[in-house]
Amino acid sequence: MENPYVPYPVRIDDIEVATEDKSLKTFTFVFQNPEDEEKFAYKAGQFAELSIPGVGEIPIGIASSPVEKGFVKFTVFRTGVVTSHLHNMKKGDIMGIRGPLGNWYPWEKLENKNVVIIGGGFAFTTLRSSIVYMLDPANRSRFKNIDVVYGARSPGMLLYREELFDWEKRDDINMHITVDGTDDPEWKYHKGFVPQVVENNAPVADEDTYAIVCGPPIMIKFTQPALTKLGYQEHQIIMSLENRMKCGIGMCGRCNIGKELVCKDGPVFTLEQINQTPKEY
Amino acid sequence: MDTCIEKIRAICADLLAKGEVQKVIGFAEGSIPMASRPIAVTSKDDVEKLVFNATCGLNLANYVSDALPKEGKIAVTAKGCDSRNLVTHMVENQVSRDRLYIIGVPCTGMVDKRKIAALFEDEITDFIEEGDTLTIVSAQKKEVVSKKDMLRHNCRMCTHRNPVVFDVMAAEPVAEQSLDQPFADVDQIAAMDPEARWAHFQELTKNCIRCYACRNACPLCYCPTCFVDESSPQWVGKGQDKTDINTFHFLRAFHCAGRCTDCGACVEACPMGINVRDFTRKLNKDALELFGWEAGLDMEKRPPLDVYSPDDPDDFIK
Amino acid sequence: MNFITIDKKDWAGGIDRSRKTYRVFGPVQDENGCQIKPLTPDLYPLMDAGVTVMSPKSVLFPQTEKMLTATLDASREDHHIMKPVEKDDTLRVVLGIRPYDARAILLVKLNFDNPDYQDPYWCDAYAATTFVGLGVNRPGPCDFSTSTGCGPFSEEGLDVLMADLDDRYLAKILTEKGETWAGACGFDTTADAAESQALFDILRKEAEKNITASVDTDQLSEKSILDLHEAPFWDDVAFSCINCGTCTYVCPTCWCFDIQDETKHKTAVRFRNWDSCMSPLFTHHASGHNPRESKVQRVRQRFMHKLKYFVDKYDQGIMCVGCGRCVASCPVNIDIREVCTIMNNHESK
Repeated sequence: MENPYVPYPVRIDDIEVATEDKSLKTFTFVFQNPEDEEKFAYKAGQFAELSIPGVGEIPIGIASSPVEKGFVKFTVFRTGVVTSHLHNMKKGDIMGIRGPLGNWYPWEKLENKNVVIIGGGFAFTTLRSSIVYMLDPANRSRFKNIDVVYGARSPGMLLYREELFDWEKRDDINMHITVDGTDDPEWKYHKGFVPQVVENNAPVADEDTYAIVCGPPIMIKFTQPALTKLGYQEHQIIMSLENRMKCGIGMCGRCNIGKELVCKDGPVFTLEQINQTPKEY
Repeated sequence: MDTCIEKIRAICADLLAKGEVQKVIGFAEGSIPMASRPIAVTSKDDVEKLVFNATCGLNLANYVSDALPKEGKIAVTAKGCDSRNLVTHMVENQVSRDRLYIIGVPCTGMVDKRKIAALFEDEITDFIEEGDTLTIVSAQKKEVVSKKDMLRHNCRMCTHRNPVVFDVMAAEPVAEQSLDQPFADVDQIAAMDPEARWAHFQELTKNCIRCYACRNACPLCYCPTCFVDESSPQWVGKGQDKTDINTFHFLRAFHCAGRCTDCGACVEACPMGINVRDFTRKLNKDALELFGWEAGLDMEKRPPLDVYSPDDPDDFIK
Repeated sequence: MNFITIDKKDWAGGIDRSRKTYRVFGPVQDENGCQIKPLTPDLYPLMDAGVTVMSPKSVLFPQTEKMLTATLDASREDHHIMKPVEKDDTLRVVLGIRPYDARAILLVKLNFDNPDYQDPYWCDAYAATTFVGLGVNRPGPCDFSTSTGCGPFSEEGLDVLMADLDDRYLAKILTEKGETWAGACGFDTTADAAESQALFDILRKEAEKNITASVDTDQLSEKSILDLHEAPFWDDVAFSCINCGTCTYVCPTCWCFDIQDETKHKTAVRFRNWDSCMSPLFTHHASGHNPRESKVQRVRQRFMHKLKYFVDKYDQGIMCVGCGRCVASCPVNIDIREVCTIMNNHESK
């Protein structure tokens, strides 16, 4: 019997400070046993348990993309016991990864559709995974227009800045990068909150357009009406939820919203599904 | 004691009808024999739900802070021990006196439900209390016993049966007990040699399932996050390790030192029959002997471990 | 199915014979009444004891269970690599389990053994365990198991169902596991099947008559989750609750757990503990946000899980077998039978 609690051993291959306040770091892991990488086959939108022996586990969205091989990446906000410990670890340290866990953005359904990605703050990790996946030469033709609205407090708080600016230059993706505010005179992108940028820049929805929204609760709360104004139906708004988790495989019982378990039945739900469950997230 | 329930109901109906209080916290009849249930009554039409009998062994002071509306008063029925915990709450700034209407209920003690259950081999199907006479029935037999003989240990040791603070009394005060040996149980444990004493406490907590019913039934345990629930740093392990279990019990007891009224709610609530009072009673005795202090009798004074006094007899504090 | 008869004079001897191949669990008396525990060689199950305070779920799902371990000693090649702990999955038998507790194990199995994941700790323990039940001749006042799809002589989840006939047990062998156990004990006196079944039927009917408590659950599946969730009765239901974990820990069907890491010297251990939806920590996010911050939300979760979410998710009735343990042990007398009735009868406006 496969033991779903046993993590794959990994080595920290790289650690990168991701934001100017150093509260986020991006960890690149390499599997100790190459065959584990194959077992860890994942889709954009899934998460994994980062597992530090003697400290604990923490569920984190996978920031690398299925089309990137030889490593997996996670961008981690320092907040609790495990993430604080992780932030103090060094290149070369051994730890574990358990997964991939949960469902993913509905890539089958999104084929031949316009996709609008909306992210705020540090909830951009699985969205980065998704963008890299869609922009991959093997996949780009499977999707119609791709729009991305991504905002953070300040330029230095944007994740994956180099990639963002690279994507900005491409003509097969429409980037709408924004910050709440900046005094940088060189800043050439949007200023303002995500909901406003969505309302002004995101495409009007037809039945072939879907929005994937990840961000802090306040952003989500105000982005929903903006999308509604643009004609998005509840089933066209796709979201990824977070709840306290332990097992990640639907057994320990704490992450439920109604009868759905965020770790196993989610974390990805449509707004239509979410509206049919108690709002316990 | 059942004679005062009509008075309690009348007082509550009147308070609710006049809008003097928004709700009354009291006890309701339980759904199984020998049970009662804390209840909030908000309408005078519901005062018939209130009961007061020898099964009302929890401490209603535990409910007042959460039940308090943004404005206005609530009423609470209070036995001697509940009233002392209300005093403690007021001294510790958990609730102010002018938000409460205290209906004092003189108390002749609560029954020890485990002691009664132990009289039977099968489950109890009926429990009737008439004055001091208890009639208890199971499928196999019927027992008629005196309530006095079935009292909880803390009620037998109680010297404050009458409420110490109240707005109205639901009955005439009852005679207070005087005790020759108020801490015989503590003395007995203290007399053990260290190994035997340690063994006693190991045995005491061996069935603990860490449900925290003792803590949660205790009016003193109102910390927003209990030390056992802290995760950063995590002080105590969460498993069934003996050391962790004992750490919880020891520290909780010390946190209650000089504040505990020996109301017995902890023991009443414990599903595993652990006499948690073996810990707290020792500290109550110390508080009495070292500081001349009994908790919950004085609205003006903070508990002894809460204050600094320049004329403290101990050197270490100077 | 075949029946055997076991003279009570032979009972202890049979148990002793079975100890060669089985670890034996059964009810034993301690100062807190009766508990299901592993029986040391000098102990025999107290078959006529009442309902145990704790359910037998811990035989398969200990309150604290080691799962994984790793060395933190960097000089070791496998440092920081977590591996499953060695487990004792030798055969075990639970004697005198109540029929509703056996059904509870099947309900818990839905969680630990599902098409997507199998929990190896629970599943291996389950595979190693034989359940020898004893019909309940005199159900107590908190028992409402006839309302929950089982009852005092239910066979579901059992390998053997026995009936106490004063001087002997009549045992109905229900599975191969049960047959193996009877063989290991040397119990081989067969009884007439038709006669025995008739006797079981009589005992069952007599026992069922003694169950006076019942709940209706027939409307639950038709209710909407959101209607029940937003219903006005939860404040009243939850008022007396002190948010301890008693109801969840004594419950035979509550399966929620926490995973914790500890280190001792250079060894890391990952283990799980029973957890309770009554605790605010259960859902507390690291950010400080808590989706079930208040007592009433947590009380609602417990009842919604047992009486609605589970019903909808598995189509196996309610996540409750009617043992009445939570009713008997709740310090503030919250009675799931009342709550179930309120939910079942709730009409949305």
